[in-house]
Amino acid sequence: MIFDASIKTPHVDWFAMSPALTLLGASAVCLLIAVLFRPRARRYLSAWVTGGAFVGAFVAAALLYDRSPHPQGVIANAIVRDRLGALAAIIICGAGLASVLVSWRIRLRAHRAEYFALLAAAAGGMCFLVTATNLITLFLSLEWFSICLYVLCAIDVELEGSLEAGLKYLVVGGFGSAFLLFGSALVYGATGKVGFADIAHATAAGGLRHDTFLVAGLAMILAGLGFKASAAPFHMWTPDVYEGAPTPVTGFMAAATKTTALVLTMRLLTTAFPQEKQLWTIALAVIVCASLAIGNLGALVQRNVKRMLAYSSISHAGFMLMPIAAGNALGGRALLYYLIPYSAMSVASFAVVAARERELGVPVTFDNIAGLGWERPFLGAALWACMLGFAGLPLTGGFVGKFYAFSAVYDHGWIWLVIVGAVATAVSLYYYFGLVRALYMRAPAGLGLAPAGGQPPREAALQTAVFGCLVVTVGSFFAVEPLIRLAKHAASSLVF
Amino acid sequence: MANGWLTDTLILLPLGGAIFIAIAPLPRLAAGLVALAVSLVEIAFWGGALSAFDYRAGAGSVQLQDTTTWFGDLGISYHVGFTGFAIWLVGLSAVGMTAAIAYAVWVGREHARAYFASMLLLTTGLVGVFAAQDYLVFYVFWEAMLIPLYVLVGVWGGPGRLRATLMFFIYTMAGSLLMLASIIVLGVSQGSFDMVTAGYSGSNWIFLGFIAAFVVKAPIFPFHGWLPDTYREAPAEVAGVLSGLVSKAAAYGFLYIAVLHFPDPARNFRTPIIVLAAIGLIYGSLLAFRAPYIRGVVAYSSLAQMGLITFGLFATNLAGFNGAVLQMVNHGLISLGMFMLAGLVELRAGTGRFDRLGGMAKGRPVLATVLMTLGIIALAVPGSSNFAGEFLILTGVFKSGWGWSVVGAIAIVLAAMYMLRLISAVLHQSRGSAVSDSARDLRLGELALLAPIVVILIFFSAWPAAITDHTFQQRSSTNGLSTLSDGHVVQRSCGTGCQIVELVRP
Repeated sequence: MIFDASIKTPHVDWFAMSPALTLLGASAVCLLIAVLFRPRARRYLSAWVTGGAFVGAFVAAALLYDRSPHPQGVIANAIVRDRLGALAAIIICGAGLASVLVSWRIRLRAHRAEYFALLAAAAGGMCFLVTATNLITLFLSLEWFSICLYVLCAIDVELEGSLEAGLKYLVVGGFGSAFLLFGSALVYGATGKVGFADIAHATAAGGLRHDTFLVAGLAMILAGLGFKASAAPFHMWTPDVYEGAPTPVTGFMAAATKTTALVLTMRLLTTAFPQEKQLWTIALAVIVCASLAIGNLGALVQRNVKRMLAYSSISHAGFMLMPIAAGNALGGRALLYYLIPYSAMSVASFAVVAARERELGVPVTFDNIAGLGWERPFLGAALWACMLGFAGLPLTGGFVGKFYAFSAVYDHGWIWLVIVGAVATAVSLYYYFGLVRALYMRAPAGLGLAPAGGQPPREAALQTAVFGCLVVTVGSFFAVEPLIRLAKHAASSLVF
Repeated sequence: MANGWLTDTLILLPLGGAIFIAIAPLPRLAAGLVALAVSLVEIAFWGGALSAFDYRAGAGSVQLQDTTTWFGDLGISYHVGFTGFAIWLVGLSAVGMTAAIAYAVWVGREHARAYFASMLLLTTGLVGVFAAQDYLVFYVFWEAMLIPLYVLVGVWGGPGRLRATLMFFIYTMAGSLLMLASIIVLGVSQGSFDMVTAGYSGSNWIFLGFIAAFVVKAPIFPFHGWLPDTYREAPAEVAGVLSGLVSKAAAYGFLYIAVLHFPDPARNFRTPIIVLAAIGLIYGSLLAFRAPYIRGVVAYSSLAQMGLITFGLFATNLAGFNGAVLQMVNHGLISLGMFMLAGLVELRAGTGRFDRLGGMAKGRPVLATVLMTLGIIALAVPGSSNFAGEFLILTGVFKSGWGWSVVGAIAIVLAAMYMLRLISAVLHQSRGSAVSDSARDLRLGELALLAPIVVILIFFSAWPAAITDHTFQQRSSTNGLSTLSDGHVVQRSCGTGCQIVELVRP
């Protein structure tokens, strides 16, 4: 015979991919809904399907966490089945579920089912990315979810801001992905390998620690990941994209994209580049300082609430890169713990902004959010709790997260970075409490738009999502021990 | 420990009350009455804790403890318990917050549920600070005090409240973040954050980090920039709580953490801190004498008194400590009472300015009596509890150098001057332009608020040993340390003219 009839395929561990597959399945079903059903039915059907898929994926990820005590490479080492990926998938699915609830009443004239399809597909890509163990899978899944997000940002075609946001994200994100790809190519060129562990072995075996191609490749990969994590100086797109995108999408991006990017960064750096630890810890420390400075100083002058929250998320990229920069096991636990309340707070704060936006019909600024605390006490209290959490004040998980991050950095010996973090926290208090002030201490000035109909719209789904996120934010302050244990097992798959 | 539930109840009862009031759809008066009921029950539990505390075991011993693991891997636990002197401060907080809540019920506040929930949250924070036996728990409760205060002053305050809260917030957070950095360094390097089992630290920097938070909160000159504006803009009872109760958290921090856990750095930095306290004492008294309105006098006198208390604490001998704790309780009650009186006068006359007040004694005997009594106790007339406190403090400081006692004595004279000026300007002389015939005397409800404070002060005037005999026993020992059970605070000499105070360790 001229050709061999059997192609050797690797063994596929379907269970390891189950979160991503569930979400992809839901995405496909939503796309079918988009063509098979009447427009009015599309939104609710696809919302239910996507919500159900997120619940299913959450459960699958939890089972995966339970049943993967030791990290194993699967599918020819393209991805790894371990607790780190499972925990990150749990966080992403939780954020996704909350975002679906917030999007229940989203004001989209068209493409409603496609919206949910894209949301599910993006989350699927993220769940896949956190398990990636080679550069090709990394790039594949990165592009997978990024493209879904580019379209999601632009999906509200009625708003010019939305189209602009999508375009900016596309261009800048494409640029970042190109950097990442080129850096991967350089690393492959230097070591001849694409698997993370293989790269580490090849570096050690070939004495490539100071090889120019390798270091340049590492730098470009870091830059590409920095774009995704919205760390300064790769943060340019964040304020405009967060402001222009539909608010539930912004909430999802703030929570899930950051989780994905940071978990991946930690896995990549510790698994593939342990020899260059000296270099990348210092590089990350510099990025942390830049993010803290730019994020906090930029947020001080914002009047639009979504932009302020965008700059705050840049500064949080800084706070959450600190434990990675510390490069120790305590840092690994700190990051995984911090992501839990952080995701909850991000989704909840953008949810409250979305509620106000739907009430008013205009972008929410510090002036027109005034008085929300008295008009809608639950949402006001939730936003207040989120501001406390972002600021790192007690009674929220954000305090514990920051405390752990600072402890990890101190443990590494960098007291100066702790001081920088403390100063940044002090600066951030001004704008977080500025929002609390607007909620409770200002009268709504010039609010001549009397909402026709009197009462603000009752949105059960959004309020449920906010309540769930609030429970996680405050609960993670009290239940630190169980969450840290989860984080510890997850971080144990990495070698520090 | 057997009675650890008492400590947990004291901390969690106001928190539970706050959550209930915030969620349940209570009408305005009901919310206030529920809050008042919760505070009265809190006082009852405090009485139980006081009787459960065994003073023979040594006032520095921590009793009524409760421990639960919080972060296992960093050695942080939820560890609470009371030392002998902390119990008096908890009692002061319970009584003080009850009086403030009763004042708010009497006067009426908008958005009542949010207001009373914030007051109860503040109570939790205060009690928690005094009960914390783990550094991180201490920090959590310290910060937990800040949030209700921010809301209380920012929502219900006067016209300049936004700027006042901003200053207050920035000052306090700057200090708190330095304290957080110190806590992290201390805890991570020692491997444990527990106050009871961790050893002493000799690090000057960590000590300074803690001091930064305490000098801002007390406040100590020159970190008192937030004081005049915040006390002027806050609602009257909140200003009373700030000056009477929250500042004592700072003083407690000085005593329990700074002096008793860092004996060597405390000795190194004693002189600069005593100098700052002395400056604050004189400066505050002089400014109080010049202040043109009631709240100004009480605010600056608060700065002066906190300077005096710090004087006593950094004398680092048992007389100084005893005097300082007694003075903490006294000043708490007096300044709360004076701020409430100032609020009541402002309600009647529409202003607190002396140039428009005067002659209020005529036809208002109850007001005159209460104000005179509080004022005379405040200026430390011999026979009052304030006198006992100040005498003990000056005795303690005298051992460090007679010059300091002279400064203290001058301050007492200045206190007499500004208090008598206050009393006279409000009550005596000719009737002010803002005082009209329709300004009523103190009504029964208002008297019910103030009378308990006056009665307690008179009780302590008759029997100051109730506190001073139950804080630090006068015991000095050079080589008898092994015979004392741990938790005793002893005084040891470390050379000529040098004294160290230490907690006996297991």
